[in-house]
Amino acid sequence: MMKTSKIPILKLYNNLLISIQWELDDKTAMQFQEDLLKKIHETGATGVVIDLTSVDVIDSFIAKILGDCVNMSKLMGATVVLTGIQPAVAITLIELGIELEDIHTALDLEKGLELLKELED
Amino acid sequence: MDGQSCVMIMNEWDIVAARQLGRHAAKELGFGAVDQARITTAISELARNIYHYANGGKIYIDKIEEKEKKGIKITASDHGPGIPDIRKAMEDGFTTSGGLGAGLPGVKRLMDEFYIDSKTGEGTVVQVVKWLR
Repeated sequence: MMKTSKIPILKLYNNLLISIQWELDDKTAMQFQEDLLKKIHETGATGVVIDLTSVDVIDSFIAKILGDCVNMSKLMGATVVLTGIQPAVAITLIELGIELEDIHTALDLEKGLELLKELED
Repeated sequence: MDGQSCVMIMNEWDIVAARQLGRHAAKELGFGAVDQARITTAISELARNIYHYANGGKIYIDKIEEKEKKGIKITASDHGPGIPDIRKAMEDGFTTSGGLGAGLPGVKRLMDEFYIDSKTGEGTVVQVVKWLR
């Protein structure tokens, strides 16, 4: 049986950076959700960037997990920005009927960090 | 006919396996990046339905040819409880598992053709096709 992989969460000043580098299975996604909240709790981070550049499929379940991550982080005082969503992923999410409402997004990691800075000011 | 692939869906990792097989087949057929994502996402939703509602089933992936057209056919088959009200299951936002409820109507939008057959107590077959343009 495959082992659940752990997604690394890096701390940079007041922010947490996550780059998802491989295809997400359900268990990995749920583990990530828990790890992220723990890390916010430990570090007191106020901003989170989740970079999805390498993710080529987001189905309704993964979208729900990501949306939940955003809302849960918000409850803990951290703003999440999703970055690097590929054109094909954006198209399929909307066709699938999933709207990630009230979620901050940016084209890439750099713009995501800039957006966090603007939101803090 | 270029042969058929089949994935048994028993656990969460089988969903990933079905997705990867579908993406591979779509790529081989010459589908572009967006259609590959549509096909892969549709397989993921169908496999997830099998895993969550039917306690196991199969996903078949066929490369098909009809007249001048080439395409990919995905068949999701299970012997689960069946869907009592298909019309309701095809409404946007309908869900019984507390998910996002994008399920079947979303899959229909992602693909070109959509067929469903379900008998209560016997199981469900969903067949979807995407044609190469």
